[in-house]
Amino acid sequence: MSDNKNNNPIAFVATSVIPESPPPARETGIYKWVRENLFSNIPNGILTLVAIAVLYKVLSSTLPWILNGIWTTSSLAECREVLQGKTGACFSVLAERWQQLLYGFKYPEEEYWRPNLALILLFFAMAPVLFFDLPRKLLGFTVIYPFLAFWLIWGGSIMVPIVAMLGFAAAAVVFQKLGKGSFAAGFFGAIVSALVIWKIGGMLIPENASETAMLTAVPSRDLGGFMLNMMLGVTCVSLSVPLGIALALGRQSSMPLIKWICVVFIEFVRGVPLITLLFVASVMLSYFFPPDATVDLFLRVVIMITLFSAAYIAEVIRGGLAALPKGQYEAADSLGLDYPQAMRLIILPQALKISIPGIVNVAVGLFKDTTLVSVISMFDLVGMIRGPVLASTEWNGVYWELLGFAAALFFVVCYGISQYSQWLERRLATGHR
Amino acid sequence: MSHGDLSFMSTLTDPPKEQFRLSMLVNDTRYRSLTFQAIAALVLALAIWYLGNNLIQNLRAAGLNISYDFLGDRSGYDINQRLIEYDSQSSHASAALVGILNTLLVAVLACITATIFGVIAGVLRLSNNWLVSKLMAVYVEIFRNIPVLIWIIIIFTIMTAVMPGARAYLGENPERELVFGLFAFTNRGIYAPAPVWNDGSMIVVAVFFVSIFAMFAYRRYATKLLYDTGKLLPMGWPSLAILILPTVIIFFLLGQPIGLDAPDPLANRFNLRGGIQIGAPLIALWFALSIYTGAFIAENVRAGIQAVSSGQTEAAAALGLRPGRIMNLVVLPQALRVIIPPLISNFLNITKNSSLAIAVGYADITATLGGITLNQTGRAIECVLLLMLFYLTASLLISMGMNLYNASVKLKER
Repeated sequence: MSDNKNNNPIAFVATSVIPESPPPARETGIYKWVRENLFSNIPNGILTLVAIAVLYKVLSSTLPWILNGIWTTSSLAECREVLQGKTGACFSVLAERWQQLLYGFKYPEEEYWRPNLALILLFFAMAPVLFFDLPRKLLGFTVIYPFLAFWLIWGGSIMVPIVAMLGFAAAAVVFQKLGKGSFAAGFFGAIVSALVIWKIGGMLIPENASETAMLTAVPSRDLGGFMLNMMLGVTCVSLSVPLGIALALGRQSSMPLIKWICVVFIEFVRGVPLITLLFVASVMLSYFFPPDATVDLFLRVVIMITLFSAAYIAEVIRGGLAALPKGQYEAADSLGLDYPQAMRLIILPQALKISIPGIVNVAVGLFKDTTLVSVISMFDLVGMIRGPVLASTEWNGVYWELLGFAAALFFVVCYGISQYSQWLERRLATGHR
Repeated sequence: MSHGDLSFMSTLTDPPKEQFRLSMLVNDTRYRSLTFQAIAALVLALAIWYLGNNLIQNLRAAGLNISYDFLGDRSGYDINQRLIEYDSQSSHASAALVGILNTLLVAVLACITATIFGVIAGVLRLSNNWLVSKLMAVYVEIFRNIPVLIWIIIIFTIMTAVMPGARAYLGENPERELVFGLFAFTNRGIYAPAPVWNDGSMIVVAVFFVSIFAMFAYRRYATKLLYDTGKLLPMGWPSLAILILPTVIIFFLLGQPIGLDAPDPLANRFNLRGGIQIGAPLIALWFALSIYTGAFIAENVRAGIQAVSSGQTEAAAALGLRPGRIMNLVVLPQALRVIIPPLISNFLNITKNSSLAIAVGYADITATLGGITLNQTGRAIECVLLLMLFYLTASLLISMGMNLYNASVKLKER
């Protein structure tokens, strides 16, 4: 056989490899891609054509409108004069009123740097929470941030946030000292010490402190615009995570009374729409405070939204707790850890890790739901658009530019958060348990 | 064994009888939970007492009391969109009932259309067609990431600011023709033809219901025949024929007893007459809730279909099933188990989000009981409590249905 190879008597067996020829034109490059992805069969081709038609319809009506947009006039009537019947947006309303849309119509203009700075610092405060790779020392700033942001946005005496922070610091120290022996002693000791510090601090702050303060005090009713949405979203989410953890643990508790309190609370809150809870905040809650107390609307709304999102976060965390294998609970028991130790050291770190994507989803939903405060006549972004801006004589009728602006702002923030959540999910998928 | 032996044994093995000490309330796990529950009960009672006491004092200071008598009083306001008889002479209770029916109406309509949008978008997102699947991804992302309130306002603005007035359809030479000669899209809402029930129409309806029944009977018979004898009867077109043909035949035999009352452009100089008017607020709310929730449902549907492993499809194909049957008999039953629970919680969200009706002036329960009635009577506590009670009942009923369904489709394990 082997000697036949070189002087083959059979004429039609080739002695050399035929050079590779390129694939047919319809099997390569863009042609192949289009055929496989857009026109693989007749229904698919029809779908593609319909999609192209829809795309053309949408783009041909919006693109000229956006590209012809006018940015410099001072009223809708002037916009129409400039456009002379052509299609075009009147973005001047954004150029003219952007401060109102972002900060509300009463926040003093020369103080805009304060919420801006608070927003920038927010990124620094959130970074170590969102990205585990950053050095843990940065969390120190995260702890200070709420007090700093409060002082920046509301202004007034710097003593108020300092006393508040001292109270929390005292509570943390007492908990560290007493909590080693018994969790309950540490817990109640911390509450008592914080209350004592606040009481003493409250007496130390002079009455007229806010008049001589470095930053002018801004009352909460002057907050508005997108800033209000951001503040409500960030405050309520961060307050409701600890509350949600407590509710989730309570719901799993073996003590029937505590379990039933948590179950009733969670199911009640999840069963009613947020708007009824906001009604409670605006018309009903003041009946439940002491007669001489005046709690401002912002705080009442924060309380109700926090309770609302805490119930949803509790359900997410309950899912995380349920996903842990039973062996983890038993291992903690067999090591001789008591309940608080087992939760703090073994169960919660794993359960929270599993539930982070769910918590982020709740946060996105909550951030979108902050627009509902416009229904109880707070001037958030939607409230500003529907109220002062559209009602003004200059801009009466500029719907699409304003609503599009609001939609774009919310889209950017929510899409960003959900992309983060997906990134996190991918990262956590490899290494939990 | 004698008595002496027993007593000897017990002295050896029984632990010393413990005396109950006060410190055991904190240190002994058997009693500690009782201590904590007692503390919790105490705190709860104190909180209720404190809040209740404040409430009583505040009410006394304002000269109010808690009473539901206002529900029987004359409401004094009109509601355009209503399903039952109601006018400004009716009571607040009947206004609330109109609101409840309106809430249920928009919730049911939006649940149906959101499911349709969601299933279409979810299936198309998995399509091989690159352009279509990308378009659907854009739809899902855009609608999920913008608040539903903004969508409601946008669609309401389209309805009221872009649609022509009813006058455009009026007169001998209208600016706009009725769509199909039946529908008019105006800034006040959509005018649609109303069915007219003449003599004999009940027979047609009865025949229709009987044929629905007959269709299911036929399908059950065909399945039984298939399982008993292996004989395969056609399913699709006979069911359709049984469903439609008898009704159509009876309809024409009786001389078309059901007619359509289309909106009439000539009857009145100022407005369209006849037909039924679906108000702009209802349409805005319905459509906005549908497309918003549809985006969420699309994601559920996609996840559900992807959750069925491709081995299932391949195994079914290896058994010789055709693609339609693979979908119906193998993939869908398994995918539905994943899709239905989040779908129901989306229905819950629609019901709760329908309370945003108040933003566009649709007279649902939040706008009647929680809006106008509350403002007119000043009965804030009573109104908000009733409002919560209604939504709570609705949610509990829906989630009860969900639990029943979950129990019925759960994997039957031995």
